[in-house]
Amino acid sequence: MRDRGGPAQPLLSVTGLRKYFPLRGPLGNVNAHVQAVDGIGFNVMKGETLGVVGESGCGKSTTARLLMHLIEPDAGEIVMDGDPIGQGGITVRELRRNVQMVFQDSYASLNPRHSATTEIAFGLKVHGMKAAQARQQAHAALRLVGLDPDLFGDRYPHEMSGGQRQRVNVARGIALNPRLLILDESVSALDKSVQAQVLNLLADLKDRLNLTYMFISHDLNVVHHVADRVLVMYLGKVFEIGPADSIYAKAAHPYTKALLASRLSMNPAHRVSAAPLTGDPPNPVRPPSGCRFRSRCTLAETICAVEEPALNDIAVAHQVACHAVTPGSGHSLARGIANAA
Amino acid sequence: MSAVAEKAVFGTAPATKGRSTGGFWRRVARHVLRDKAALFCAAILAAIAMSAIFAPWVAPADPYKTSMIRRLLPPFSPHFILGTDELGRDMLSRLIYGGRVSLTMGLAPVILATVLGGSLGVIAGYFGKHINMAIMRIIDVFYAFPSVLLAVAMAGVLGAGIVNSLISLTLVFIPPIARVAESVTTQVRDQDYVEAARATGASAARIIVQHVLANVTGPILTYASSLVSIAIIISSGLSFLGLGAAPPIADWGLMLNTLRQAIYVAPVNAVLPGVMIFAASVSFNLLSDSLRTAMDVRA
Repeated sequence: MRDRGGPAQPLLSVTGLRKYFPLRGPLGNVNAHVQAVDGIGFNVMKGETLGVVGESGCGKSTTARLLMHLIEPDAGEIVMDGDPIGQGGITVRELRRNVQMVFQDSYASLNPRHSATTEIAFGLKVHGMKAAQARQQAHAALRLVGLDPDLFGDRYPHEMSGGQRQRVNVARGIALNPRLLILDESVSALDKSVQAQVLNLLADLKDRLNLTYMFISHDLNVVHHVADRVLVMYLGKVFEIGPADSIYAKAAHPYTKALLASRLSMNPAHRVSAAPLTGDPPNPVRPPSGCRFRSRCTLAETICAVEEPALNDIAVAHQVACHAVTPGSGHSLARGIANAA
Repeated sequence: MSAVAEKAVFGTAPATKGRSTGGFWRRVARHVLRDKAALFCAAILAAIAMSAIFAPWVAPADPYKTSMIRRLLPPFSPHFILGTDELGRDMLSRLIYGGRVSLTMGLAPVILATVLGGSLGVIAGYFGKHINMAIMRIIDVFYAFPSVLLAVAMAGVLGAGIVNSLISLTLVFIPPIARVAESVTTQVRDQDYVEAARATGASAARIIVQHVLANVTGPILTYASSLVSIAIIISSGLSFLGLGAAPPIADWGLMLNTLRQAIYVAPVNAVLPGVMIFAASVSFNLLSDSLRTAMDVRA
């Protein structure tokens, strides 16, 4: 099931995705819920790299796991190139064949008792390939990620460096010939020079294998480098989504602005003197009413506590969920803006 | 590997010299082979096991042939190297034959309990939630009794005999092994590589067999091997209490019981079966200790 709907149809379309994790008391009774992902929706277009950014705990990784059904979503619909997951569409198993994931911790994500070949061949055998053929395919995948199968095929995770292990993880991801590869902080744990190599490898693979990436990271510079579009998450909500250049050049949401301002500059004259954002994100068990960012936002007004902002177009393909930039929202700063759309 | 080399070969990972150091089990074997105490214990156990298996050829005399005039001869008597017991039977032959029962009673219940308890624990650990609840709470009930008491109670209910004491010992060892299996499986289940395996679309059975078992058998086997000595001691205890092997079968625990009355007359003879129990159980213990340290090594 390769490309069917044409380039205009999103590869993955997500609507109303929600996951609350129950918090249990001492007697197993559910006291409250962690609102990890709360009704988010977005599209992943064919052949693009969608960067997903946000602070720790904002639901980036949960979203990735929900997309693969590694965690059952409470609500929401995932449509893969026109086919919904579940009844009348494709099975979770088929979904997983088409969507693969590379994790952050290169060591923990490889079975310590499996050699590189065994680890990569496992998924192929799951999908019905004979052992000998699966080994061959695994070797081919190792070659694709720049590892000589004669040298690395029989190695165990503890016999490889972090960069080599992460290459094996990438090889496992692409071995099943997926259409979408979710990179969940896949290069964050690597040191800078190895990180650059793996990023180049990923860019190369993307062209060669016709892949689509969802690139989850907290490193804004890396995301700017690799992403075509960027999605900003905060406390289980999408705050801003748009083309990478548009987001980095004219971010509209105060949270995105603060995130971008927190990046370290190469220029000593542009040191970050005051923290652009203070305090910790609020408790996801009891998020603030209205806009979830209002407790830390410098622009917060009464309307922000009353009504939750919806995603609105502010430029071509650039959407923001903030009252201050939404005409007619009732926010004092929004009064002067003409309707963009 | 140098950072320079890594940068020079842009896009491809550098070739590191040296071959793979081999799989986990090969490393463990190498480690144990380097441990002198463990090798010594293995030699003792091998000697006991071999003489027990080939007892009819190794034993100098018939272990069941009694003689009223040769009772309780001291060790180093002519024809009776280790003397005779209270019925005039050759001690050495009886000790050799006794190894058959004692080693079987040490190994068989532990092996059975490892398979059964291990499966229960892995299933409970992997699936978690309600399945874990159901299995582990039932197992906790068995935990409430001291192991010796439990073995005695069950052997008492089932009746005396080797097979029955084997069954009761198996039941005694299932709970602790299941608990160890459950706790290591719970740790393994949350690892990223299990999540990655699930992400390929593999079934639970497949993931358990190929990903979980490979990582939990080590700790489970280590723990189980430490139970062998306890099994030997408890089975000897059951025989001593008359709940295990029945006379005239040669069994170390039973011999200890019957020679008990002669302890003032022939102390050395009376102590010999105890020495055998001690030697076998200590050897198993030291061997399992060595196995434990060998498995702890993570390069």
